Amino acid sequence: MEQVTLTIDGKEVSVPKGSTVLDASKAAGIGIPTLCHLENVHAIGACRICLVDVGARSLQTACTYPASEGMKVVTNNPRVRSARKTVVELMLSAHRQECTCCPRSLNCELQKVAKILGIQEHRFDGEMPEQILDTSSPSITRDSSKCILCRRCVTVCQQVQGVGALFPVDRGFETAIVPALKNDLIDVACVMCGQCVSVCPVGALYEKDSTDDVWKAIADPTKHVVVQTAPAVRAALGEEFGMPAGTRVTGQMVTALRQMGFDKVFDTDFTADLTILEEGNELLHRVKNGGTLPMITSCSPGWIKYIEHFYPTLLPHLSTCKSPQQMFGALAKTYYAEKAGIKPEDIFVVSIMPCTAKKYECQRTEMSAHPGIPDVDVVLTTRELGKMIREMGMDFANLPKGECDSPLGLSTGAAVIFGATGGVMEAALRTVYEVVTGETLDNVNFTAIRGLEGVKEATVKVGDLDVKVAIASGLSNAKKLMEKIKNGEADYHFIEIMCCPGGCLGGGGQPIPTTNEIRKARMGAIYEEDEHLTIRKSHENPAVLALYAEFLGEPLGHKSHELLHTHYTPRAKYPETDKEEVTTGGE
Amino acid sequence: MSAHQCGCEGQVKQAQADEAEKYVKLAQIIDEYKGQRGVLIQALHKAQGVFGWLPEEVQIKVADGLDIPLAEVHGVATFYSFFHIIPRGEHTIRVCLGTACYVRGGKQVLEQFEKELKTKVRGTTEDRTFSLEINRCVGACGLAPVVTVGADIYRRVKLDKVPEIIAKYTGGK
Repeated sequence: MEQVTLTIDGKEVSVPKGSTVLDASKAAGIGIPTLCHLENVHAIGACRICLVDVGARSLQTACTYPASEGMKVVTNNPRVRSARKTVVELMLSAHRQECTCCPRSLNCELQKVAKILGIQEHRFDGEMPEQILDTSSPSITRDSSKCILCRRCVTVCQQVQGVGALFPVDRGFETAIVPALKNDLIDVACVMCGQCVSVCPVGALYEKDSTDDVWKAIADPTKHVVVQTAPAVRAALGEEFGMPAGTRVTGQMVTALRQMGFDKVFDTDFTADLTILEEGNELLHRVKNGGTLPMITSCSPGWIKYIEHFYPTLLPHLSTCKSPQQMFGALAKTYYAEKAGIKPEDIFVVSIMPCTAKKYECQRTEMSAHPGIPDVDVVLTTRELGKMIREMGMDFANLPKGECDSPLGLSTGAAVIFGATGGVMEAALRTVYEVVTGETLDNVNFTAIRGLEGVKEATVKVGDLDVKVAIASGLSNAKKLMEKIKNGEADYHFIEIMCCPGGCLGGGGQPIPTTNEIRKARMGAIYEEDEHLTIRKSHENPAVLALYAEFLGEPLGHKSHELLHTHYTPRAKYPETDKEEVTTGGE
Repeated sequence: MSAHQCGCEGQVKQAQADEAEKYVKLAQIIDEYKGQRGVLIQALHKAQGVFGWLPEEVQIKVADGLDIPLAEVHGVATFYSFFHIIPRGEHTIRVCLGTACYVRGGKQVLEQFEKELKTKVRGTTEDRTFSLEINRCVGACGLAPVVTVGADIYRRVKLDKVPEIIAKYTGGK
């Protein structure tokens, strides 16, 4: 590749042609502060923090300025420092600075940049833009008074997720990032994935905090409070406590949950195994009986909401299986309630999820085994769990390793890998292969379908059948597969789709930041966890087998249909408009 | 019930037919740009040419037809001051707020119009007679403060002239 050589602060550096000054400065080991830049996703020079002196009449933004041969860049002189400082000071003048009670306090990029630039006073005291505080969504809260208009959320929502729920409206001082037609988030086609939250540099977008509800339930002696944790949480929670990305903290997490006062610490992995048995059998049933193919996974609530809004005609392709979270909730308030002799209404189910869309999923009316009682009461994100553990003052990294409770806490390696893109498919193949052929798999590792690639395809020989599979993560990648199905060009049997890039390990509820490097590290932890477990196939989970023997009967049986399967609802792509009530008000 | 005698039924039917015709034209505009990139502003411009403004229904049709998120269509429609997302009045009043007009009292004149018309800048009166806008210098600073109504120009406008100017277009109504 053609290289260009330039000097940055007197240091010579060679970078591939087409690199930006920001890339080059990174290669030279020189830090340039940024606020709007998002590697490989977003470089629009909007925030003006990365200004550098390239010898031109005006300062240039390093994130957009191309590095060229012989160029001399100065990243730190009085002119640059003063310009950067003024930019941040102006930003702060229109930013609601309630840092002590902001959800992003101590993990705020604006706070960090202000500190780096040595800002110690409010130089500009001026008018504040009108605050839009949107709490309509069960998943995501928007607070425009913190927004710095960096547009990362806009790019992620539109380019990465292909949803386009947010965009800037109006101009100048009135500019605000809002959903279509200035509606509340709940009234537009938002999938609630929280990728916008994950990239927001400040506290303008954050999950709806439910930690108080959980503390209340734990303190209530009439409630039997059980908790389930999703596979991806254990591969990321350590980051909340400064541990390097990719540290496995399953044991510490279990101990922490027990110390917090949960009556039982269970595992969503248990119902992930159960999902494989139900979904695997559903696939075989569809293949044998000419059902709708390709069949598509239904674990990811952001993905479900996406297909309901954007491809409602393809809903019959979805597996009817509830997500592992909801299967868990349904079983906790039936099977477990019976077994433990506790009334379902006295059981309080808390989920710890890497996801904001799960907060929405648990509120869907169809997700209750007993009318009026939700199967899952509260969903917390990985970040919220981190917050609660900090409130407890625990030394998380040094907690002794605990084990989940029986029976809903027993699981296999096949369940753990649900947290990575391709994991559900791999787990399903491990089971389907053995169920169909009656033979034992020599190698349970289907490495061809692992990795962060957006769309993956494979053909797997299962007995006489060549099973064609595809995997997508990130909704813009899902869209590619949906278009193929729509145009009759998809001859797959089975498709796995995860809403967030990389799968749940990159979910909108995971510790901030999530970068590709961090995704890779979390993925490593997940596969490591799988390797370390003795049972690595869902159909060998003894607790799941006992569940069928004692309670469910058989996969796809009557009870399964009642408790573990669901239906979907076509939703509108556009919000309702009120033709009669046309405002003529102006500004 | 007896049939309508007042003739308004015919008027309603005519209005519905006019509206339907506008949507036929909109469909043609969208067809013209379908599948192309970078055509949103042109499409909105032509759509506004048909409707006079950009109702939400129209924004949705454009978004759907061009496969662009509605949030983006709305964002573009609100960014450019010559796109209108509220209905336009029959006459557009523009008060100049260029430097000369501003120091000669343009701001007060604008406030007077807002008061008299009971609408704000970029707003339209309830009877849809007037839309109120501001100008950034019309290049006639010697006449400051300047107000234009359509093609008519009013020079050195004083506050007490405001009701007179309005009356000219309402016929004293």
